Amino acid sequence: MPGHFQKKATTKQEIPTASLPDIIFMLLIFFMVSTVLRETTVQVRTTLPQAEALTKIDQKRLVSYIYVGPRKLDGNRLGETGVQIDDALIEDMLAIRTIMYRKLIEQPRLIVSLKVDQTSEMGMVLDVQQELREAGTLRINYSSRRELPS
Amino acid sequence: MSLLKKKKRTEAEIPTSSMADIAFLLLIFFLVTTTIDVDTGIGMVLPPKLEDDVEPPPIKERNVLKILVNEQGLVLVEDQPSAVQLIRDEVKKHVLNNGADPRYAEETSKALISIKTARQTPYDAYVSVLDEVWMAYFEMWDAEARALGYPDYSAYVNAIEAQEGDNAIREKIKAAISIAEPDAA
Repeated sequence: MPGHFQKKATTKQEIPTASLPDIIFMLLIFFMVSTVLRETTVQVRTTLPQAEALTKIDQKRLVSYIYVGPRKLDGNRLGETGVQIDDALIEDMLAIRTIMYRKLIEQPRLIVSLKVDQTSEMGMVLDVQQELREAGTLRINYSSRRELPS
Repeated sequence: MSLLKKKKRTEAEIPTSSMADIAFLLLIFFLVTTTIDVDTGIGMVLPPKLEDDVEPPPIKERNVLKILVNEQGLVLVEDQPSAVQLIRDEVKKHVLNNGADPRYAEETSKALISIKTARQTPYDAYVSVLDEVWMAYFEMWDAEARALGYPDYSAYVNAIEAQEGDNAIREKIKAAISIAEPDAA
């Protein structure tokens, strides 16, 4: 019986699996590293409006977000409308063009996704759009949710 | 001989065959948990900044379908009060008119939709109007694609992207939507 077993083993028909975990670990580490989510704390409330004619943005690298909505204050209160780009609230609307222009130079195919609260007034949105025109970032996206089937 | 063999068999080894499975489980866990929600929305292209000394090109009044959204989110289409749901049909009539009705556009290629809001218009009213206009275009593109023998417009887009051809439907029916500045208060 042991002799028989030994004979079979000497034919070496097995695929060496010892390195398989290493390969998988490499894949694992790749995914862990590459899917780092850049979490920005949104300081304004953005309840997105609902729409039907939606398009998906596949290339996430091209997208830059602008948040427009009422500011979140302490104790669940909401303040006046604010504009946020990346991590900071924008105090001066004229700063938007400089910020967006720099982003455009870094990424010429930039898409600006406007995450605007549905209760916001158009005046603020139009002001932001005017600044985007000044900056030359013309591709925009009104971020909205899919309509829930009623 | 048999003694030597026995020694070989008792060699201390950690079974590594299950390591791959463990790593696979971890890999799948990370793959599943890091699903980044894809941003969806209504895409638009803003007009480039106007130079001060350049006049915008003249557009015939007839070719423009004017949609006005006021502070309460109420809609005027060509100065007639309308409902948001009716905009889709109005846009289709306007774009596919081809000179038949004097109230609508002369030609499909010249048709333009103008959306004007007040500064106090709520954003969701504006988005719902814009959504209807886009849906009108999507439906017209779908109809064109079906006429060419594709099941729908997205199938047509996939087909021409595979051939690296031009999007003839998009050439024929351009989504010409302009966002007008509100009147100065």
